[in-house]
Amino acid sequence: MKKITIIVLAALLIALPLFAGEFYINLSTQVLIAVVFAMSLNLLVGYGGMTSLGHASYMGLSGYIVAILSTHYGVGNGTATLISIAGTTVCAALFGLLALRATGLSFLMITLAMSQVLWGLAYRLTSVTNGDNGISGITRPLPFGISLESPASYYWFTLIVGAIAFGAMAIFVLSAFGSSLKGVRDQPRRMAALGFNPWLIRWITFIYAGFWAGIAGLLYVYYHKYIHPTSLSITNSAEGLLGVIAGGSGTLGGPVVGAALVSLLKNYASAYIERWNMLLGMIFLLIVLFMPTGIVPGARRLLARIWRTQP
Amino acid sequence: MASPHCADNGRGSTAAPRSHGAGLARGLNMQFWIIQSLNSLSLGALLFLLASGFSLIFGLMRLANLTHGAFFMLGAYFGAVALRTFEGINFWIVAIGSGLLVAAFGGLFERLVLRRLNTNPLGQVLVTLGMSLIIADACLILWGGDPIPVPTPSYFQSPTRLFGFVFPTYRLVIVACALAVSLALYLLLERTRIGAMIRAGVDDRQMARAVGIPVSKLFTAVFCLGAGIAGAGGVLGGPVLSAYPGLDADMLPLALIVVILGGVGSLLGAFVGSFIIGFIYTFGAALIPDLAYIILFLPMIAVIAFRPRGLFGRLTT
Repeated sequence: MKKITIIVLAALLIALPLFAGEFYINLSTQVLIAVVFAMSLNLLVGYGGMTSLGHASYMGLSGYIVAILSTHYGVGNGTATLISIAGTTVCAALFGLLALRATGLSFLMITLAMSQVLWGLAYRLTSVTNGDNGISGITRPLPFGISLESPASYYWFTLIVGAIAFGAMAIFVLSAFGSSLKGVRDQPRRMAALGFNPWLIRWITFIYAGFWAGIAGLLYVYYHKYIHPTSLSITNSAEGLLGVIAGGSGTLGGPVVGAALVSLLKNYASAYIERWNMLLGMIFLLIVLFMPTGIVPGARRLLARIWRTQP
Repeated sequence: MASPHCADNGRGSTAAPRSHGAGLARGLNMQFWIIQSLNSLSLGALLFLLASGFSLIFGLMRLANLTHGAFFMLGAYFGAVALRTFEGINFWIVAIGSGLLVAAFGGLFERLVLRRLNTNPLGQVLVTLGMSLIIADACLILWGGDPIPVPTPSYFQSPTRLFGFVFPTYRLVIVACALAVSLALYLLLERTRIGAMIRAGVDDRQMARAVGIPVSKLFTAVFCLGAGIAGAGGVLGGPVLSAYPGLDADMLPLALIVVILGGVGSLLGAFVGSFIIGFIYTFGAALIPDLAYIILFLPMIAVIAFRPRGLFGRLTT
């Protein structure tokens, strides 16, 4: 039953460009990018118990590195991508060193402060980042000589990367390391007494999550061919966090559902009303007040109840 | 996107070194350092008005109130609107009135929403973040995207002459206000019964509850107090910063950095941290404008590396 659902879903996702119009292909691409971002944040929030409010740092940073290298210095896409991944991961490692000096709400505040500093830099360092104008003129890469210019080909590319990301993150959390991460989340002292190194486990997770957020940033910047300081903004971090929380943190499917919902809502809402931030804020309030554990666990509970009542 | 370092109205810091140029007398160079120091002090004073409430709320309630920057902005807008609509209204009445309005709003928010999430710190963070987005957007709807300059009260417009130097009077007034508020807060916290209860709550919430301190009422009171100071601070900062969309996002990280640096829950920490950041940011913006934002990092990194709970922090959470 479950296998069939997954196969049907996968087939639908792969075949989507064959029957959907360009608008929906682009929309789906954006949803997939948001999903990769939320999944990487979920490693921290859901599995590690580290609520980061600065996760957009890595998404924006990797995009900016590619944009700056390719437009200012004429670096080829392949090299720029590799440098961007390396740079973002190193940045995550450094930020992790700092933020993991604290836990809980102080961790959240430090990650937020660091990401806001990066955001401010993107706005003010106009000689490098072009400030509020953003950087445009980025071209999509040609992996193995395949052009990604058409919406369908970029969608498939994103789908492949997204599937790899999902697989890699699933392996990560289902492995022995993932179990120790959950152990550190729930019982750090006991884990330390058992001989684990909670700090190192958290740090590795932080770097890994930063790495995948950087991948999401690459998908983002190559999709839009443009980068703007908003990619680093607190709203962007918050949307990711909302996706994780709304879908259900600490589950594999939760962030996928949550992020998809948030980005669909964003696209539809912004077509009808301009007040996306206001709406986002209200959704925050409503979800936290009325659905604190998220949609996926909530739906699962509901389904379980229905199964039980049916003979 | 204007910046919080006071340069935007043309009376401020980063404009100073360029307009004074290289060919001017050494006395003016001295003037530059003194004016920049005063700018640093006034930015530090504003940061204290912002960060002290944030730190108190975090200390007592373990609540990282991400609406705090929005409270500051709300105060600035209230002040701007009141001062521009009612010609000749007393500046201090506007400041106190805005502070009270924002305090009332904060109190309602605490009672109606945050109260339900007492056991869910992540929920509190998300809700305060959501509220800050709502406030920011509401301000954008109500007052549009252009900055609204707040007029400097007429009796502070003429510069003060002291020891042969010329000072913008209003900046001295801001510093004086922050000193007055810090003194009042100090007396409230250290010399009154309510202050003793708040301190007990900051140090050990469970124990305070156990000995019969009405922690729940204190939460609301402290939340109102913190929000009110931020609101009044917004009015005071108005003539320097003006009210503009994004003021909240500009001020919040500064408050966070101050509180991380000084240590959460410590009034002294907020005070010292504010002035350290005020100086570093102002001089950074004046001397190396491109990198001022990175320089903000440095004291934070240094403190986190050696003392994660901040210079004067007592908490480890």
